[in-house]
Amino acid sequence: MKSFETVEQAKQNPAYYEALTELLYQLADDDFIISFRGSEWLGLAPHIEEDVAFSSITQNTMGHAFLYYQLLEDLGEGKVDALAHERAPEQRRNASYFEKKNGEGSYYGEPWYDWALTVVRQFLYETMKKVKLEAAVKSSYEPLANTAQKVLMEQPYHLAHWKMWMQQLLSSTEEAQEKIQARLEEAWEEGKDIYDLGPKAQDIVHHQLISGESELKQRWLQEVQATIKDLPADSLGDKFGSGRSGEHTADLDQALQTLAEVYDSDRYAVW
Amino acid sequence: MNDEQKRQEILAILKTVDDPELPSVSVRDLGMVHDVLVNHRNVSITMVPTFAGCPALDFIEKNVKLAVESLEWVERCHVEFSFQIRWSTDAITNEGKEQLRKHGVSPPPENYQPGEEWSVDCPYCGSAFTSMDNVFGPTACRSILYCGSCKNPFEAMKPVVDYSVV
Repeated sequence: MKSFETVEQAKQNPAYYEALTELLYQLADDDFIISFRGSEWLGLAPHIEEDVAFSSITQNTMGHAFLYYQLLEDLGEGKVDALAHERAPEQRRNASYFEKKNGEGSYYGEPWYDWALTVVRQFLYETMKKVKLEAAVKSSYEPLANTAQKVLMEQPYHLAHWKMWMQQLLSSTEEAQEKIQARLEEAWEEGKDIYDLGPKAQDIVHHQLISGESELKQRWLQEVQATIKDLPADSLGDKFGSGRSGEHTADLDQALQTLAEVYDSDRYAVW
Repeated sequence: MNDEQKRQEILAILKTVDDPELPSVSVRDLGMVHDVLVNHRNVSITMVPTFAGCPALDFIEKNVKLAVESLEWVERCHVEFSFQIRWSTDAITNEGKEQLRKHGVSPPPENYQPGEEWSVDCPYCGSAFTSMDNVFGPTACRSILYCGSCKNPFEAMKPVVDYSVV
């Protein structure tokens, strides 16, 4: 398998281009939506140091989304800002589980958010992010391999943070353990997208853009199990559909509306 | 002035452009300047961002452009950030490390293994009796620590190094 060093080379092969952009949208949209949900914890995290840590992680993760959108812009998919703000929900490729609201209520109303959901989701997401990045550094598309390597230099800090939370809560009170367990079961009902590469999975793997789903899943489960011994026995489900196919919930509509509110107020403003 | 002399002049002026979040530490000493190309009166500079999520990049780009264009012979300076080149904390010069300490920020530790805990000496009193308060600080590139000897809180640059995948 030859490697594709430039945008021009990738564009010469339409099948390759399609698989590549599909994967990049998944990576970009995952980081984008998880950053948004993270940003909704600003000022609400359990304590002040966590507020600083979580917002720093969130800001940096949005930077990672930017890097992937930049790769898409380079490939001629549109401007970074437009890719982030203007795409309709059905064009989004993020995992539907990642768009789920942080809990009951709303940020500007009564945010009865659930820290257990956040710890479980962030831990599962960062663990998969690591597994995917380690596979993407060997990608046939060199600009993606280089970007993955850069992100991998920063991401261990994020993963270590959520692993610490997971370990602490699992060895905490019975209530904490029960809450984590309930959110884990929920993740198993909704989270198939975490390892799913969508309808173009075969092409993505055929062009050696990243490892196959079964390998990603296996490595992810192995890493998750090193921290959480009792995982739900079932296989992961897709209760709210496949985000990789553009199936999303009303929670994504809310997220995109809030995210694009300022952008939409004047799309041609110069910042 | 030949091209090499012009290049040296550019590099010298880049020593005067500080990181907006770290006054007194130049972007050159932080290892952010990757390449300087001179073509008659036009200058093209490739820079390397530190952390991906750093919001200061636009300011840095503008400040570098302004500084270089203040040179009499420069007509236009083009600044570009490349995310394809990896920055690591090893790129910080010794002078950069000294300036960081003066600013109350410890330079990153050496021999850091990704994902593992690390510690640094206090930038004020040099004591090794320090503790990590928060790995995440006021910017993506910094952490917050506390010195048990001189009782000062201080910051440190987070180590980021190449991550080898087996």
